[in-house]
Amino acid sequence: MSELVPEYIRRKKVISQQHFFRGNAACPGCPIPKELELLLEVMGKKTVLVVPASCSTVIMGDIHGSPSQVPVIHSAFAASAAIASGISRQLRMRGDDAKVVVWAGDGATGDIGFATVSGAAERNEDIIYVCYDNEAFMNTGIQRSSLTPFGAWTTTTPTGKREFKKPVPFIMIEHKIPYVATASIAYPFDYQAKLRKAKDIQGFRYIHLLSPCPPGWRFDSSLTIEVAKVAVETGVWPLFEVVNGEFSLTGLSKTLLDKSKRKPVEEYLKLQGRFDKMTKDDVRAFQEAVDSMWEYIKQLVKK
Amino acid sequence: MMTVQNHVTAMVGNHAVAYAVKQAKPSVLAVFPITPQTTMLEKLAEYIEKGELKAELIKVEGEHSAMAAVYGAAVAGARVFTATSSQGLLYMTEMVYWVGGERVPIVNAVATRAIAEPWSIWDDHQDFFSKRDASWIMMMAENVQDAYDMTLQAFRISEDKRVLLPVMMGFDGFILTHTMERLMVLDDEIVDKFLPPREFSLIDFKDPVNVGPIAAPDDYMKIKYETMKAINGSKAVIEEISKDYEKITGRKQYGLVECYMCEDAEYVFTTSGAWTGDAREAVRRLRNQGKKVGLLKIRVIRPFPKERIKEVLKGVSGVVTFDREYSFGSGGVLATEVKASLYNSGIEVMSVIAGIGGKDVRPSHFQRVMEDVLNGHKFEERWLNE
Ligand SMILES: Cc1ncc(C[n+]2csc(CCOP(=O)(O)OP(=O)(O)O)c2C)c(N)n1
Ligand code: SF4
Repeated sequence: MSELVPEYIRRKKVISQQHFFRGNAACPGCPIPKELELLLEVMGKKTVLVVPASCSTVIMGDIHGSPSQVPVIHSAFAASAAIASGISRQLRMRGDDAKVVVWAGDGATGDIGFATVSGAAERNEDIIYVCYDNEAFMNTGIQRSSLTPFGAWTTTTPTGKREFKKPVPFIMIEHKIPYVATASIAYPFDYQAKLRKAKDIQGFRYIHLLSPCPPGWRFDSSLTIEVAKVAVETGVWPLFEVVNGEFSLTGLSKTLLDKSKRKPVEEYLKLQGRFDKMTKDDVRAFQEAVDSMWEYIKQLVKK
Repeated sequence: MMTVQNHVTAMVGNHAVAYAVKQAKPSVLAVFPITPQTTMLEKLAEYIEKGELKAELIKVEGEHSAMAAVYGAAVAGARVFTATSSQGLLYMTEMVYWVGGERVPIVNAVATRAIAEPWSIWDDHQDFFSKRDASWIMMMAENVQDAYDMTLQAFRISEDKRVLLPVMMGFDGFILTHTMERLMVLDDEIVDKFLPPREFSLIDFKDPVNVGPIAAPDDYMKIKYETMKAINGSKAVIEEISKDYEKITGRKQYGLVECYMCEDAEYVFTTSGAWTGDAREAVRRLRNQGKKVGLLKIRVIRPFPKERIKEVLKGVSGVVTFDREYSFGSGGVLATEVKASLYNSGIEVMSVIAGIGGKDVRPSHFQRVMEDVLNGHKFEERWLNE
C-alpha cells in the first residue's frame, strides 16, 4: 500500500492461511462463509470482492480486520454492480488481469439494485456477479424481498407471501450476457465448476446461488446442506447454465425434466418453519409454479 | 517559474469544463445526461471517440451508478470525473456521502439548477448547497474562465495527499454552461506539469485491505474527526494551489474568497457563483456615485472560509448577502454562514433571497438593494420576487 494513503484507510485483513477465515461473524449454519471460501479457492488472490449492504457486510468484519484474503470494497445497497464496473474499467486501463466479483444478496440484486445490475449487464461489464439468494432481507431481520418464495413467512409477510419469486436468473438470461448459471451450496463441485467457467469468460457473468438461511427459513442450523439439496431434488431450484445463449441443465437437474423424477415440493416445504402457514391450496399453487417453470425450462433446453 | 502559456479562445462553460477535463487526463468517467450539463457529456464523448482523451466513459443507467462507478475506479487508482445537476445530484446523494466518507479523490462538476417540484430547468443553487455536509470540498465558479481554471485546480486539490477528498465544482446552469465567453486555455504541457498523474490505488493484492467496512462508535467518530481535520486543513492547500496556478497562468486566482473594493467599504455584498459579475457591476456603478461599497466573493463553500471572511470584512458596517437557495424554516444558507462567521463582530448581516428557479437578477437589482440599505432601509431578510 502506497505511503500516500492515510493511516486510517489502511484497514488490515486478518492474517489467515485460509481463503476465508472461519470464526467470522456469520450465524451458526450459515452457508455464506463456505460459499465464499469455495469461490476464492477458484478465483485466486487476484480478485476484488464488492459487497453491498447485507449479512455479508457484517461477516466481512469491521475496520480492524477482515476474514477475506482478497481486497473487499464495501458498497451502498444499490451500487455494487456500478462500483464493480468502475473497478473493472480502471483495472483494464492499468493492464491488470485481476477479477472483479460482486457478492450480493437477493435484495441488493432483485430489488433496490436491480437497475444497476441490469445496467451493468446491458453494458456487458467485465465482472462476475454472484447473487447469494437467502430469499429475504436477512440483515435487517427477515423481511420479504421480491425473491422470497410464495407462501413463505417473513416479518413483513406474517401470514405468508402472496406473490411468487421474481425469476431473476431467467431475466438475466434475457440480457444475452455470455454466462448465466444457478448453483446450490449442496453441490459444491457443480458450483465451483461454474465459477471456473465464468472465470475464463470475458464480460458480464451472472451466477445465482441458493443460500439457505437457518434463522430466516426456520430450520435447524445442522440442516443447511440438506435443505439446499432437497431444493434441487424437488425441482424448486433447478441447476443450469447458459453459455453464450446455450442453455443446459447440470448435475442432478439434468434428470428432472421428467416430472415423475422430481420429489414433491412438500418435501422441501416441510423442512422449513417459514412455510408452516401454507394451506393445501398454497402447496398446490407452489407445486404448479414449479411445474410450469420446468415447462419453460423444457423450451429453453430444446433451443 | 514556468512561462505563461495561454491561448485565447471562446467557449461555452460546458465545453470549457470538458476541455479542462480532457487536459487533466482522467482514465475513467461516468456521466449521466441532465439539462443543463448534457452538452458537456456530449463533448467528452466526442473527445474519447476521436481518441483525444484516452479514457473509459461508462455510460451508466443513472446518477447513483455514475457516482458509484467513478468511486470504484477511484478506489482502483483512477483519476475520475463526473458531472451532474439538480435531480441528478439528488439521485446520486447516497453515493455523494459514500465517497466523501471514504475520502477518495473525485471531481464532480455541478451545473446548478433548481429542484423539482415544480419542474424547473433554470438556475439556482439549491441542488449544490444541499450537499454541504457530505464531506466534500465545494467551490463555485464565477464565469467560464473560472469554471475552466477551477476544474484543473479541483483535480490537484482532491488528490493532494494532505487533502484526499472529493471536490464539487458548481457553476450556474445555462448562465455559465451555455454562455460563450472569452477563455484563455493552457498548453497541455503546462497542465501536465501542474497536474502529474494520480499516484495510489486502494486495491493492492499484496496488501489487501477492506475498503469502507463497518466501524464501531469509537472508530466511526474518530474517522469523522479525521475528516473534519482534513477539510479544515484543506483551506491552506487550496490557497497554496491557487497561488501555484496564478504563477503558471499569470492570472489572479484568489484562493478562498475574493474582495473587490472592500478596503474602505462601509457596506459589502457577499455572493457566490455567476451573479458575482452583476454584483461587481453594481459596485462599480455605486462607486461612481461616490458610495463606499464593496463585494466579497465566496469562492469556496466547503470548507467555509470563516477566518478569511472575518479578516476581510473587519471594519465594515454591514453586509448584504445574496442567496440563490434557501433553507426553509431557517434562511439563506450563505447568509446564515456569514452571520456565524461574523458572530460577535457587531457587523450587521442582511439577507437577500433572489434568482430562485432562474428568476432574472441584474446589476440594477443589486444596486437598488444597496441604495435602499444606504438610505437606511435595513432588513433581516428580503425576497426579491416582485
Ligand atoms: C438504501 C438502503 N436502504 C436500506 C438499507 C438497509 N438494509 C441493509 S441490508 C438490507 C437487506 C439486505 O438484504 P439482501 O440483499 O437480501 O442480503 P442479506 O442481508 O439477506 O444477506 C437492508 C434492507 C440500506 N443499507 N440501504
Ligand atoms: S441471517 Fe441467515 S444469511 Fe444472514 S448470517 Fe445468519 S444465517 Fe447467514
